[in-house]
Amino acid sequence: MKRGILFTLCVLLASCSSDTAPRNTGVYMLLDTSGTYAEELIKAEQIIRFTLSRLDASDSFAVARIDTGSFSEKDIIAKASFDDRPSAVNRQKRLFAQQVSEFVENATPAPYTDITGGLLQAVEFLNEKGTGTKTILIFSDLKEDLEKGYVRDIEIELEGFEVIALNVTKLRSDNIDPREYLGRLEEWRGRVEKTGGQWRVINDLDGLEGLL
Amino acid sequence: MSFMLGITPWPTVSALLWIILITAALYLIRNTAHQTIQAAAHGLHRSFRLASKAVSRSETSLAVRNRDVLLAAGREAKERIIEREFDRINETVRKDLANYSGLHRSLSESIGRIEKDHQEAVDVPPDPPGWVKAVEAVADMDAKDGRAHIGSILSDIHKSLIKAHKEAMTAYHAASAKRHKLLRHMRPDWRQIQQTLAAVGKNVDSLLSRSVTIDRHMQEYEDIVHGQDRAMSVLSSSSLVNFFVSAFVLCIAIGGATINFSLIARPMAEMVGGTSLIGNFRTADIAALVIILVEISMGLFLMESLRITRLFPVIGALPDKTRKRMVYITFSILFLLAGVEAGLAYMREVLLHDELATSALLRGDTGATATGEYMWITTTAQMGMGFILPFALTFVAIPLETFVHSLRTVIGLLAISMLRAFALALRLLGNIFLYLGVLLKQVYDIPLFVPLWIEERIARASAEHDHDLKGARL
Repeated sequence: MKRGILFTLCVLLASCSSDTAPRNTGVYMLLDTSGTYAEELIKAEQIIRFTLSRLDASDSFAVARIDTGSFSEKDIIAKASFDDRPSAVNRQKRLFAQQVSEFVENATPAPYTDITGGLLQAVEFLNEKGTGTKTILIFSDLKEDLEKGYVRDIEIELEGFEVIALNVTKLRSDNIDPREYLGRLEEWRGRVEKTGGQWRVINDLDGLEGLL
Repeated sequence: MSFMLGITPWPTVSALLWIILITAALYLIRNTAHQTIQAAAHGLHRSFRLASKAVSRSETSLAVRNRDVLLAAGREAKERIIEREFDRINETVRKDLANYSGLHRSLSESIGRIEKDHQEAVDVPPDPPGWVKAVEAVADMDAKDGRAHIGSILSDIHKSLIKAHKEAMTAYHAASAKRHKLLRHMRPDWRQIQQTLAAVGKNVDSLLSRSVTIDRHMQEYEDIVHGQDRAMSVLSSSSLVNFFVSAFVLCIAIGGATINFSLIARPMAEMVGGTSLIGNFRTADIAALVIILVEISMGLFLMESLRITRLFPVIGALPDKTRKRMVYITFSILFLLAGVEAGLAYMREVLLHDELATSALLRGDTGATATGEYMWITTTAQMGMGFILPFALTFVAIPLETFVHSLRTVIGLLAISMLRAFALALRLLGNIFLYLGVLLKQVYDIPLFVPLWIEERIARASAEHDHDLKGARL
């Protein structure tokens, strides 16, 4: 009898002491609103909706715009840490989608593109949320254009992060010299992987199944 | 190898030398080697035989134990059946005896009425006509007196006779009519008596048939008590049948419990959260499972309290008042849980619609969010299932009890078979080692065929020499 109780306690303790690391997902999406890329925002909205459909209770999601100085909370368009209850999650998702739709309708092009600042903001946000999986989606052509005076040559700690570049469009200059495009991609890959992050590029938006 | 072949300058000679040396050595230690092989083989053989016997003894004691358990279970089951039969007889007798005074009174009254009617219906002869007195008067009359009046007297007599006849006939008809009427009144009484007697006959037949059944059960009970082989085989086979049937029903119940689980697991996330974990399992899943297990437990207690099953002797031994309270309490809890499940099933449907609407909105498919006209059917069906399944799971107690009781026998039978097979294997292994010893001795002698042949020749020569010496002495 005593042995039975002891065995049950051991099993219970073993089950309690098993992996207690967070299993939720955190996604931060950066939207490039500079120049002509602002026209691509309709596609971004589709990606956001797809992402919303994939996220579940306790997950976190934020969408922020990339503008002149993106290292700011003010650039966050919509953010949500989904509730534990499924009904509340659905309400939050609907509200989130509505906020994004309103932004897409009223978006104005930004004069500069501070991707690094946005990335820093994303890392800060996701680290604060402490999610199990951390994914940063960059919806941009990856052409950084900083205003004079902004310092962004800093190393970002991306250990445990997955950075996915979406819809990296080719610029007119890229068509003239494709090395610019390839060089841009390679440069970002280097920056991400150098600090322990994972890098992925998805240009075919019809195949988003593997996104999350 | 090179060392062995290098003891002489000629490898062949070296090899030959080695062979001779080894053969000689083997020959010298032949007896010791044979004894060692034989001792080892016999030792192993005896050990395995001993182990086999020990296992066989265990098998026998287990068989005895299993037989005792089976007989005890059979005796208990038979006692329950006989007890129930006696209860039925008691009920029948109690009912009949309770009605017996009424029945007796009814029969007595009917018989009294019939007797009274019968007495009243006795055929009463009509009164003798009054003309006798008139004849006597005529006979006594003197011939001298008024003979002239004889004619008128006779005429009066005639008239009187006719009148008396008419009156007698009328009285007779009236009496007959009355008798017939009385006899007609007796008919319902006869029928009542007939019906009462038929009912009594039916009850007596029922008692007789029950007594035959009890006789049969008693005979089987006696067989079990005496531990007869026939009873054992019947109990064993019925135990196996019970095991498989109850296992099948339990599988169905598990299916029902799984459906029940899927009905309440999703909405349970709304109560306890969808992401919290206990160990590696979602708290919502565990909560749903706990609700189902509590329902099954309540069902078990309800069945125990109703004395349908006897898994917990403590409940069966409770005073009737406490037991009845337990019935009400367990049923109330079960009812409340069934209500909770129905509510959760409704919540599940609401959540499903909400989720579908959100998914459609995210897909941009606004048309798909419209709710179907007949969705209430699935909602009602889910709620109905949520309410009914807990009560249906209550009846799991019956096959569970059968399964538990028959499992003991089945495990015993399996253990006996395994022990028997193990004992056989050990016995076989012991014999293998014994014959392996004999074989090894033969194999050992193969390289020694030359010295053995020489030894045999010497022995034969010596025997012949001894024989010759004996012959010479004689």
